[in-house]
Amino acid sequence: MKTINAAPFALRPAIAALALVLGLGAGVPAHAEISDGVVRIGVLTDMSGAYSDLAGPGAVIAANMAAEDFVAKHKPAFKVEIVSADHQNKGDIASNKAREWFDRGQVDAVTELVSSTTALAVMKVAKEKNKIALITGAGSSRITNEDCNDVSVHWVYDTYATGNGTGRAVVKQGGKTWFFLTADYAFGQSLEKDTTAVIEASGGKVLGSVRHPFPSTDLSSYLLKAQASGAQVIGLANAGADTINSIKQASEFGITPKQTLAGLLMFITDINSLGLKATQGMYLTEAFYWDMNPETRAWSKRFFARHHKMPTMVQAGLYSAITHYLEAVKALNSDDTQKVMAQMKKTPINDFFAKNGKIRDDGLMLHDMFLMQVKKPSESHYPWDYYNVRATIPAAEAFQPLSQSRCPLIRK
Amino acid sequence: MTELFEVPLLALLGQLLLGLVNGSFYALLSLGLAVIFGMLNIINFAHGAFYMLGAFAAWMLLSTFGVGYFGALVLAPILVGSLGILVERLLLKRLYRLDPLYGLLLTFGLALILEGLFRDWFGVSGETYEVPEALEGAINLGFMVLPKYRVWVVGFSILVCLATWLIIEKTRLGSYLRAATENPQLTQAFGVNVPLMVMMTYGFGVGLAALAGVMAAPIFQVSPLMGSNLIIVVFAVVVIGGMGSILGAIVSGLSLGLVEGLAKVYWPEASATVVFVIMAIVLILRPAGLLGKEQ
Repeated sequence: MKTINAAPFALRPAIAALALVLGLGAGVPAHAEISDGVVRIGVLTDMSGAYSDLAGPGAVIAANMAAEDFVAKHKPAFKVEIVSADHQNKGDIASNKAREWFDRGQVDAVTELVSSTTALAVMKVAKEKNKIALITGAGSSRITNEDCNDVSVHWVYDTYATGNGTGRAVVKQGGKTWFFLTADYAFGQSLEKDTTAVIEASGGKVLGSVRHPFPSTDLSSYLLKAQASGAQVIGLANAGADTINSIKQASEFGITPKQTLAGLLMFITDINSLGLKATQGMYLTEAFYWDMNPETRAWSKRFFARHHKMPTMVQAGLYSAITHYLEAVKALNSDDTQKVMAQMKKTPINDFFAKNGKIRDDGLMLHDMFLMQVKKPSESHYPWDYYNVRATIPAAEAFQPLSQSRCPLIRK
Repeated sequence: MTELFEVPLLALLGQLLLGLVNGSFYALLSLGLAVIFGMLNIINFAHGAFYMLGAFAAWMLLSTFGVGYFGALVLAPILVGSLGILVERLLLKRLYRLDPLYGLLLTFGLALILEGLFRDWFGVSGETYEVPEALEGAINLGFMVLPKYRVWVVGFSILVCLATWLIIEKTRLGSYLRAATENPQLTQAFGVNVPLMVMMTYGFGVGLAALAGVMAAPIFQVSPLMGSNLIIVVFAVVVIGGMGSILGAIVSGLSLGLVEGLAKVYWPEASATVVFVIMAIVLILRPAGLLGKEQ
């Protein structure tokens, strides 16, 4: 098997070992409709950088679980193969790898794509090559607006949904004035813009913002500006290590608890790393939490057994996306991009990740989101017992309505 | 209130103080690099990894052995420095006769291995290290709230930098070191054990990186990537100060921290780039760096 891989160092053997070929025994003839008899899915993710905990190796595990479960359940006449590579959060590396996979690796769909720069770059390549992009890790709302296309699906969350859920909840709690700390690239800018709209619509006011380079380790200088603004709430329009350092340093400078921090995109791995003492009481919006019902717990415990960490919404969503894609291929017995896209949009998504999920014409997968509040250390009774689910945000409210869409595919 | 380009003067002062904190990390790290380069002629790319190791050593000492911050401040540099000595004896020693490029490649590879291992063990989100109790809290300066811990970082690192400079420039041991740098064969002929000095110098430089790591642990998340995030800037600092110049490393470390602090006030988007712009300008005007000697 050819495993293509841009990881520059120690990860290479690890990825090679993870990429696996699945399928029925040799000798089963592939159906003519499936090109080369193999459905090959490329997981293009951040294997070593700032986002590798929330996506990364855990995402590759989730992808392999999806492929294995699909093969075990449906016993398809085609093989399923997962390949993976490290895009290092760089758009050029991501698009070159995707191009190589589509041209020479016979990859049918590229998935994951954490960090919006890589997602936006690969979506263009997918469109050019008429292949599918299933985006789970990236968050920019541009993916289904200005940059939307008919071969991409945005599965887990976008900056509108996470900013919307948290922004509205915090304004309702009385946090009327805001100041943003924004990571200076597509994702952070989208997050700030989308959350600002929600805050203003809910009767709040944005006093200002500061844009910091990504990644930044010392955010204290920006935090001081936020402090000087006198805003009640400091909105963290960043992610991963930047958010973690912001929260840590805000408490060092005595900014919290006088001013409230709102993490506009946080993952359970961030909470795990910072600990409940530093994060208690924070609101955040998630598409998935492992400890919500027996179904989520069952899957998450299987994932935990392999990865030794509970899944983030990105990793759980990746499983859901790959499963839905493979089921569409199976139903059609074809990997033709346009047919598979139509089939995926036609079929509702019902699994442990989403209930009655639906892919809209702009490529957004509509599903419920959840407003979480981080537990106090005294409320947490077992490992990874981190959230109280405060509200379910119904799909129709969670995501941007089509009437506001800036996607050229949507005719109003 | 008095303003400077639309920024209140006192707020500016606060930002400059923060810049000085970052500058003291740059100074400590670039000092170690300069000492190693001056003595061994090796560009120690593993410096960031040793800094990360220092932070993790502090975290492990606390979480596993219950050794607090001040204990770690002594122990972590000794532990990591000993590892450095091992690296020098087993690996670097074999490269002295070759082009310096080989040392660079070796230490770069070493950095990747160390970071990869820690990423595998701990993940990139890292671990949290609390500010030691004695240094908790903040001083209200009126125009800003300055955490006591940051004051300690600036004070202590300037002290360490000065002590290092004094040892090298003003003591007998330092004079041997400088002599061995100028002409190792001749110094050896005078009965000075040059290989031992080289080994100890590398260990000392690495220990300085680990010390910076311990000091950084309560401020930044202790994570496998913390070294690689910093090391490129630190190399720029060393180049600006002049490769191998002790005083150059200290002065340019502190002042570039200040410049970065200013950039964060007036043009935050450029704050990650400003050091490199200065490096380019310095290289054009003074290729040997501000305090470096032309060869």
